[in-house]
Amino acid sequence: MRILVTGLGTFWGSRLAQQLEQIDGVESIVGLDTHEPRLPLERTEFVRADSNYSILERIVRATQVDTILHTHLIVDSTEISGRALHEINVIGTMNLLAAAGAAGSPVRKLIVKSSTLMYGSNYKDPYFFRETMPRTRPPRTRVERSLLDAAAFVRDFAIDNPHMTVTKLRFSNVLGDDINTTFSNALRLPIVPEIFGYDPRLQFTHEDDVTGALLHATLQDVPGIYNIAGDGAMPWSEVCTIVGKRRVALPPVLTNWAAEPLRMLRVVELPPEVLSMLRYGRGVDNSPFKRAGFRYQYSTAGTVDAFARGLRLERAVGDKNPAYKYERDVETFFRHSPAVLRGDA
Amino acid sequence: MPELPRDGDIQFHTVERSAPEAGRTTSPRPDEREPLEAIDTLDVDSLDPTAPGLSLVPAPRPERLDLEPEDQRIRRGDVDAWGRSENLRAIVRRVYDPIYKYWFRAEWEGLEHVPREGGALLIANHAAAIPSDAPVIMHGIETELRRPVYGLAEYLFRALPVVGTLWARSGGVPAHPDNAYRLMHDDKQLALVFPEGAKGTGKHYRDRYKLHRFGRGGFVEIAMRSGVPIVPIAVVGAEESMPTLFKSRRLAALLNIPYFPVTANMLAFGPAGLGIYFPAKFRLRVLPPVHFDVPPDQERYPRALVMEEAEKIRENIQEALYDMLRTRRSVWFG
Repeated sequence: MRILVTGLGTFWGSRLAQQLEQIDGVESIVGLDTHEPRLPLERTEFVRADSNYSILERIVRATQVDTILHTHLIVDSTEISGRALHEINVIGTMNLLAAAGAAGSPVRKLIVKSSTLMYGSNYKDPYFFRETMPRTRPPRTRVERSLLDAAAFVRDFAIDNPHMTVTKLRFSNVLGDDINTTFSNALRLPIVPEIFGYDPRLQFTHEDDVTGALLHATLQDVPGIYNIAGDGAMPWSEVCTIVGKRRVALPPVLTNWAAEPLRMLRVVELPPEVLSMLRYGRGVDNSPFKRAGFRYQYSTAGTVDAFARGLRLERAVGDKNPAYKYERDVETFFRHSPAVLRGDA
Repeated sequence: MPELPRDGDIQFHTVERSAPEAGRTTSPRPDEREPLEAIDTLDVDSLDPTAPGLSLVPAPRPERLDLEPEDQRIRRGDVDAWGRSENLRAIVRRVYDPIYKYWFRAEWEGLEHVPREGGALLIANHAAAIPSDAPVIMHGIETELRRPVYGLAEYLFRALPVVGTLWARSGGVPAHPDNAYRLMHDDKQLALVFPEGAKGTGKHYRDRYKLHRFGRGGFVEIAMRSGVPIVPIAVVGAEESMPTLFKSRRLAALLNIPYFPVTANMLAFGPAGLGIYFPAKFRLRVLPPVHFDVPPDQERYPRALVMEEAEKIRENIQEALYDMLRTRRSVWFG
């Protein structure tokens, strides 16, 4: 198996490459991004590309990859400007798919990491979106529009290339020790924002389940679109209680304006799509991917609990994940120190 | 469905934990008693009617079945995946019980027609400008049968701050067809729906007890798809609890609400009339459940069949209403 990972410099790209390196069946891993990987990687080859992958076709031809893992869809609109987001999500995906679908392309499998953000969040929504259900209100934010555009490209790609296995995973909000998301940033605040009078049902996915699900799709053949979310749904108030935080209410009208000072003071940035989540929440049906053989490590409650534990540890020792760093140091030692005898043990 | 065996496990666990043999040190071997018997024991013994307020709280409801034991440890609240909180319902029931018992003096017949377990769709005629029937039905079934009822209603509620949250916590669920399907088919719960919708509650007093059209029969299709019976309920009393005397179309359009009523209650009590019902006697008759002879989970069902079944149910409720009104001597005393 020869794998190309887009967005190697992002959290997910690096994570995934690191895990793919452990798998024997994976011959080679090529990673693409504008900036360097975040984690130390051993055998992944990093190619610096521009954000819309114009050199991709050459790379695909030269490396003869059979699997493309497209992790580089930006779903957190606070990370990046609107224009750059469009460039990466829409133009990037378009170029990627053009390269992957070119005549004589060696690619046989495409896996796209998307988000349940594309369902939106509205009072007319069903409590559990199925993969087949459309959103109930047209998208209003740039990130949602870009995800829908990218989704249309992926759908067309799947239709045009029936011999390929195309899997699209839509992830719900992610929490974990290492990843920063709008929700994790909000939950790190001493007082957590909510919208007065609303207590939405939310679902969370643990970061390990995100990589787990992407690996599952890589190693098994599971064509189609799947929602990924931890089992169950929980009100925002209870999430805050488990994490041990008090809440402060934003007004139910002109909420965007009220959130603006928070952004300007760099307390927390709550973009419109997150504010509507805090109003109506979102739930998705996660059963089809379970039927496709995936086992979640964490439920929604378990994800929040794991996050809360990490936060408590961080408060006590000033580090989110001390064991992790230690392990990495040891690994570096074993890998590079002249004191270590290599070759046959 | 992978969830099913797990459900069974937890149910059995609950039974064992609250088994009444307190003096017994060794837990009974599973083969010593039938699971069904055990559930009966739980029902009778774990609920002490003399304990304060307990008679209002139904048996430990099976909703926590959606939780793994690990989640039970983590969770701090009791809000289920549908937004319903049994704790809040218990408070609502305690507050509402005097109204149910001494104001409306609700009386049921045919309660045995409501299934003790498994999903079912309860449907009823709808009346009163601010509907008084939904709380009575939900309260009645929850206290009498100790089964939670999820009330399917307008999305509009969900959009309102505070009201929407309280509504969801006390068992309100937006009436999306997929929500109804999951509630009844996957979670095996009772769902209550008023097929007349706002046309029922918005009708003039002179049209009382005349059933409107039952939507487009969507409720029948959902019950067929979920593979559950429909349990029709005829309600007498709601119409007189808050009769609409005039309606203003212009004000309704201005406020963007389905209807703007001027009720007798408003004339009698002023603005407080929005919250004060007349003490009409409530009588509720549960009709025999309607089972459909079609396979569940179909993409679609023949339109003609759906409409025919919907019309049949509508007629049955209408007839039951006339029958009940024939024997009613007084609006206030029944």
